[in-house]
Parts: sequence; structure tokens; C-alpha cells
Amino acid sequence: MKKTLFDKVWDSHVVDSVENGPQILYIDKHLIHEVTSPQAFAELEQRNIPLFRPDQVVATADHNVPTLDQHLPIKDALSRNQVQQLTENCEKHGVTLYGLGHKYQGIVHVMAPELGITQPGMTMVCGDSHTSTHGAFGTIAFGIGTSQVAQVFASQCLLLSKPKKMRINVNGKLRKGVLPKDVILYVIAKLGTNSGTGYFAEYAGDVFENMSMEGRMTVCNMSIEMGARGGMIAPDETTFAYVKGKEFAPKGEEFEKKVAYWKTLKTDEGAAFDQEYSFDAEDIEPMVTYGTNPGMGIKINGQIPELDDISFEKSLQYMGFRKGESLLGKPINYVFIGSCTNSRIEDFRVAADYIKGKQKAANVNALIVPGSQQVARQIEEEGLRQVFEEAGFVLRQPGCSACLAMNDDKIPEGEYCVSTSNRNFEGRQGQGARTILASPLIAAATAVKGAIATPYEEEVAELV
Amino acid sequence: MEKFRTHTSKAIPLPIENIDTDQIIPARFLKATNKAGFGENLFRDWRYNKDGSLNSSFALNDPKYSGSILIAGNNFGCGSSREHAAWSLADYGLKVIVSSYFADIFKGNALNNGLLPVQVSPEYLKTLIDAVQSDPETQILVNLEEQFITLKGSDKKESFEIDAYKKLCLLNGYDDIDFLISKKDKIEEFEKELNTQI
Ligand code: SF4
Repeated sequence: MKKTLFDKVWDSHVVDSVENGPQILYIDKHLIHEVTSPQAFAELEQRNIPLFRPDQVVATADHNVPTLDQHLPIKDALSRNQVQQLTENCEKHGVTLYGLGHKYQGIVHVMAPELGITQPGMTMVCGDSHTSTHGAFGTIAFGIGTSQVAQVFASQCLLLSKPKKMRINVNGKLRKGVLPKDVILYVIAKLGTNSGTGYFAEYAGDVFENMSMEGRMTVCNMSIEMGARGGMIAPDETTFAYVKGKEFAPKGEEFEKKVAYWKTLKTDEGAAFDQEYSFDAEDIEPMVTYGTNPGMGIKINGQIPELDDISFEKSLQYMGFRKGESLLGKPINYVFIGSCTNSRIEDFRVAADYIKGKQKAANVNALIVPGSQQVARQIEEEGLRQVFEEAGFVLRQPGCSACLAMNDDKIPEGEYCVSTSNRNFEGRQGQGARTILASPLIAAATAVKGAIATPYEEEVAELV
Repeated sequence: MEKFRTHTSKAIPLPIENIDTDQIIPARFLKATNKAGFGENLFRDWRYNKDGSLNSSFALNDPKYSGSILIAGNNFGCGSSREHAAWSLADYGLKVIVSSYFADIFKGNALNNGLLPVQVSPEYLKTLIDAVQSDPETQILVNLEEQFITLKGSDKKESFEIDAYKKLCLLNGYDDIDFLISKKDKIEEFEKELNTQI
């Protein structure tokens, strides 16, 4: 039978099937963080169940952590307590923790791939919806709830019904200034935020084949924003080259053996999908969102659509925008470059490349938050820190930061923030904050201009 | 987990689409390390004014409405995987959420906490919302065993889907952990195969 990439990885991890019910799926790697794990550890303890495979669990502290003075105790008592609990739980149950101060600490979806923990053909879960990021390696990776975290703790397995499969093809050549973030924002704007519910997506076509691993992670990261459980891209030479030599990647002969297996992980010609979409790379332009879900996106020189719908109007009201309006040139006071969508070294290179020799606008607070300690070191080594600081950007320490504003990095009420994160929900970046999602390039250009801007205004003007 | 068979209650209408988990429970309330007490901050930023007083125009605060069934707009529970969303709804006292669409992860989380997501057609959702808005005393009956929902006193029933295994769990009040642990031998066997395979 012809199989898709998803089928191949899924089927090789099925332990057993329940009659008329779900399957038991084996999980290779389980990532955990401080916010969604404490109740799962508590559940184990209440029921007196040991952690089944502690070696397959990796922990980090990311959601809650301050991005300033990480060597000092966390000021906020509740956050400190959560991070402390994680530390104690990991010690008690023999789980490896890359906590604050550790050279590998970082946002869970940034640090695991760069350490080679994420590998093609694996099944991976984390109590975090953006676990879909790891699909960039041809991995089945998805977010789970805390009850499921406890299930994986107890059995290294989950009970699941096999999702349906969809394929998203994007072929052609991307225009100048169009980044992976624009590609996924475009796809979500086209398909809507619940188009993927019940599905696992595969991204295919030369746009993804030509993309770096960082770019593929940005795309897969946002699969959840169209409702899909996860998204994946077939592993290829780009993948193998990225994994090779990473701290926890297989080495030598074992690596070669793995590569031989990884090469088999692609969708067979003629394998069936339940749903398939195709887009033209040439149609994609830099994107911004104008509303309160990631599907409410338009090309940067486009206009907010004119829909008559209560939810739509409520959303515009929250954002303070009008139907038919264009966002280009809107004054912006906050810019955030970070989050598991866009906080890898490539994202900061793109931003720094544009920013170099320029100054941020006086009205703008521009925050740069690397995804991990490793990325922070790269920023330092490549001299990007200097570029950012000379331009008036503030460089912080790694964590989720203003992506969800659980720490002090909050956007004030009513203010707009052009953000490279993945969610523009009401209050996501702070109570009453208004988020506009965009690529690191648009974010950098906006910071310099003090208003929503694109570095390629002429190209955009030509298209109008 | 409590057993769930049938449930009859008045309902609270919340006909907003795409209610995401950040609205159900904002991130700043996720710092607790146990499951209790999240109901207090359910829909926090819609339910309360900035000064902490109740927002009287929000359905949950409208004295007209009460009950343990929430009727919400399309695509309920999208966004983050935080189970805190399900805990906060359950802690508030809700037993059933009705919508024309549920996000995957939320649905699973709800079921794991004895909270029943009932997916109905958009037309029937409108019927329910209209009925409750025009008469808040309307009683709604949900029958899990026979998989239908109906306005009490009406002879029109709307059937809903639920995974057969999950249904069994809810009817009997048991959960996945018990089941998975009972399969440990199989799992260990599988691990051995997996190691030799690749
Ligand atoms: S960066 Fe944002 S989206 Fe990513 S894991 Fe952290 S909070 Fe979640």
C-alpha cells in the first residue's frame, strides 16, 4: 500500500489498537516545561505511579522565566514557585533539566532541535501546542494536554485516533523579502483557522524543499494556527546536514544507518490524502495580521476586508481598525522579535542585516529575545549584539517572553505590537495589548520606521 | 473521574466564534501548580471590568442565564494546549460545552476531565442559542448513552459523535492512565522491537 510520510512514521509507532477505538501510539521523546507539567507529576504521585522512561523526557524552563538578570532568583513568587517545582520534580524522577543558567536552556521548541534531540522519523510530544515545530524534521510532533503528559509519564504512550491527512503544496519561487513566516501566514489566511482540525499536514513542493531548517520550523510551528495537530516536511539532505554533529544526534556509523532509514521517510508517489491544497509561490507577499486570530492576515499593502459578521467586527473593534483600511504606515510603538516561531539565529541575521547602520524610530520599544542560550551565544559571536544595540534595540536573555507575557515582558494596554510570534489573540501579549503578526524583516523595518513598513516598498508599490 | 450518562440543565449562550484558550483562561493565571480554583478566572478579561468589578454585559454575569451547559460559537477552544482551559470550565461548574466545532486538543482535554464537548450542526447551534436567548428558562437535555441533545419538551433530537472508547470512559468514569498501564507488557515488547528495527 502506498503510504504518506505521516503514515510511515505513525504506523511504525503503533503498539496496539483498541477494538473500535483509538490506537496506542509509542512516544520517542517527551519534552516538558514548567507550566503544563506540575499537575501531571502530582497525578503520578497521587496514584503512586513511577515515571516509566525518564531517559526519554527532557525538561527546560521557558514560559515563565524573566529575560533580565536570569542569574538572580525570579522575583515573581508564583513563577519562581513553578520553576522550583519543575526543578524538584525533575530531580525526584530522574529527568534531565536544562533550567535557568544552563547553557542549553531555551524555548523548548528552539533548544530541542538545535541539540539534536529532535530527529527524523520520531514521535514527539510536549504539553505545548507549538510542538508542531519539530515536524520540520519529518517528525510526528504535537501538543498535548496535562492529562496526556501524565499518560506519557506513566506509559510512554498515548491513546489516539489516527488523524486525517492533508497536503499543502507551494511551488515556484518566492519573491524578494518574502520569508517562511509570510508563507505560513498566507496559507492560514487562505485556509482559515479551523481548516486543519482533525488533520496532520504535510508541506510539500519546492518552496519547502529550498527552505532552511529554521524556515521549515517557522512553517511547521504555525500548523496549529490552522487547527492542525501538526505539520511535517519530508527529511532531506538539508535535514541530515542540520542534524549531523549536533550534541545528541547519532554519531559515526550509527548516523549513517539512521540516514539510510530517514531517506525512506517520504510520501510514496500516488499515496492518498484526505485533503490537498496548492498555492503559487509568486502569489505570496509579506503578510501582516489585522485581527485577533492568525487567520486574519493580509498582504502588507492590502486592505482589511469588509465582512459583515459579529465576530469579525468584535475583533476589529479590539484592534482599533476599520474595514477597508490599510495597515502600511500605521504608527507602532512596540516591536517584538522572538518566540518559538522566529527566534533562531537565521531570524536575527535577517533582522540585523536590515537594521545594520540604521536607527530604530524614537517612539519604538524594540525587544529582541533569542530562543535559547545557544542562539544568544551565536548572536554574540556573530557580532549581532552590537548591530542591535547600536540601532537602539534591546537584547534580552532567552525565553518565551512577550509571546505570551507570563513574565514582565508585557505590551501595555491599547498599544500595538508588531510581533514575530504566532498568536494575536486578545490579551496574548498583555491585557488589552494589540498584536500584529509579521516576519522578522517586517518587524525590523517597522521598528526603524516607527510605523508598519516593508523594506521593499518599491517592489510592493509595483505590485499594487 | 465522575461518571457521565445524561445531563439536563439550563444553558448559558456565548455565541462568539473562535473562542481561544487565551480567552478561556489568560496566561497570567497559569502559574498554579494544582488543578483547583481556575474557575474564578474563567473568561477573566471578558467577565470582569478593569477595576475588578463584574462586567454585567457578559453572558456569564447576566442573571437571566444560569446552568451547567455552555453554548458557544464555532471553533471553540482553539489555540494553546493548556488543559487549564478545561479545568477552569469544569471548576466553574460546567458539564457540557456545545459548539458547531471544537479544536482538537481542547476536545481531548475536556474529555479527560469529564467535561463533554457536544458538536452540533451550525443550524442546530442557532436553534439552541435562539431558544435560550428568547427563553433563558429553557432546559436542554444531553444523553451521552444514546448520543443526542435536545431541547426538553421538543421532539427534535440532534445526534452527536463521540469516540466509542472515550464514551466508554465517560460512562464508566475511568481514564486512559489505567488502561495504558494495563498494557505495559505490550509496550515493553514494542520497545524491544523498535530498538532492533531501526
Ligand atoms: S514562545 Fe510562545 S508559542 Fe512558543 S512555546 Fe513559548 S509561549 Fe508558546
